[in-house]
Amino acid sequence: MDNQNCSCTNEKKRPTAETTENPDCSCRENQPDQVINAVSCCQMLPTQPSGNTVTRAGRNAHWIIGEIDTPIGIVPVIAPSLNKKDILDGWKVRWGINRMNYKINPGLYGMGSPDQDSPILVSCNYKLSFDALRKELTGLNVWILVIDTNGINVWCAAGKGSFGIKEIVARLIGTRLKEIVSHRKIILPQLGASGVKAQAVFKESGFRVIYGPIRARDIKAFLEADMMISDSMRTVSFTLYDRLVLTPIELVGTIKQSLMIFGVLLLLNFVVKEPFGLIDVGAYVGAVLTGCVLTPVLLPVIPGRAFAFKGWLLGLMGTLAIIAFSHQTISSGISLVGLFGYLLIFPAIAAYYAMNFTGSSTFTSHSGVQKEMRVAVPGLLFSIGAGGLLLLISHLF
Amino acid sequence: MKNRYFKNVVSLKLDKSRCVGCRSCLEVCPHRVFELFEGQSRIRDKDACMECGACAMNCPTDAITVKTGVGCASAILKSIFTGAEPSCECDNSHESDSSCC
Repeated sequence: MDNQNCSCTNEKKRPTAETTENPDCSCRENQPDQVINAVSCCQMLPTQPSGNTVTRAGRNAHWIIGEIDTPIGIVPVIAPSLNKKDILDGWKVRWGINRMNYKINPGLYGMGSPDQDSPILVSCNYKLSFDALRKELTGLNVWILVIDTNGINVWCAAGKGSFGIKEIVARLIGTRLKEIVSHRKIILPQLGASGVKAQAVFKESGFRVIYGPIRARDIKAFLEADMMISDSMRTVSFTLYDRLVLTPIELVGTIKQSLMIFGVLLLLNFVVKEPFGLIDVGAYVGAVLTGCVLTPVLLPVIPGRAFAFKGWLLGLMGTLAIIAFSHQTISSGISLVGLFGYLLIFPAIAAYYAMNFTGSSTFTSHSGVQKEMRVAVPGLLFSIGAGGLLLLISHLF
Repeated sequence: MKNRYFKNVVSLKLDKSRCVGCRSCLEVCPHRVFELFEGQSRIRDKDACMECGACAMNCPTDAITVKTGVGCASAILKSIFTGAEPSCECDNSHESDSSCC
């Protein structure tokens, strides 16, 4: 789900309990002074020197700017702003580069100069989320407890259960937070609530859960208002910008299929009478762009409820435009059979990719997507199959 | 313009007799589905529910039930082929297996 874009990965086995001394296994960075056994670095964890370091941030963590001495050891202090590398890495992730391994070591971090009365914010260890949080905390003195969600954002991790009671409680106990702060309150992002039962966390750790705002940029106002929260801070949005930043990853996801399709067309060109050309490739690319970019961007203004329908509608308009264009430019135009093929296949491709955007949206329910798919999937399969056949026939003869 | 999904499909249910009016559901719901009415919670906008399950999870008296699941077509498609429960696991995850654990 997600806006907070489902940067999902397979659930892997996570370190259990008291994991603070066992940073999850980006061991190469974290234990520069040890010989690294690349085969199974995890086995080395118990032997690593823990000393009085509460959180091991890793040597390459350029966003650490200092340290705080606490009764139980040294806690790293993080920068309240992003540098060029953070921003560049963030954009790479949006385009799918290193997206599944963009994580930081879980544990306790400090922002500003927090003391025993400072609030505790809980976050995930997906660096894109962590950066979104810390850049909103300039001037604040807070603790940040990063829990191990395996590099997944809070909302998705809560849905999967890795942002959950067990991990939060283990992290609270593992960092010995009770010896660092005098209060017993932790602030969780509201979107973490689908994975957390506040009462259970309190029962098991003694810390009372307060659900803070959805967006990091509201945290300052929330803290300044004595943790009073407005309806708008509690409501998830899906703005034009929210939708736009999610489109690159949708496009990247189509590259493999697209290359395969181009390969098949190239091979077919050896046997067909009328070779597939720029118009065909253009129509296909147009359909993909319509489903992956145009539909998400225009989402709320396109008529209809089903994402597949929205994509199909835009796809149809695009296909009609391309047919008109081809009749203008090519003397013979597209044959009647080919024309029907076009109308069957390209709107359906746009519809398919638009339907997949349900997973990135912030408002589709499981029941709703099932309802949509019951109609869309058979329809699209038929449409793409029949359209492909007609297109082939029109080129063969 | 507001993003709205289908009407009358959501599996959300609130058992009024169990509700103690603690406001937990109002606090966790990201779509303002609930409101407080005469000291109890009631469903204000059911069609806005995305079945994330936060309300049911945090309700101290189990007054809320909802069939949770991912609202993600590709996850559901994949589950049809693999037979597993649909879960939020986007592709290319295997590429990250270079790290241990």
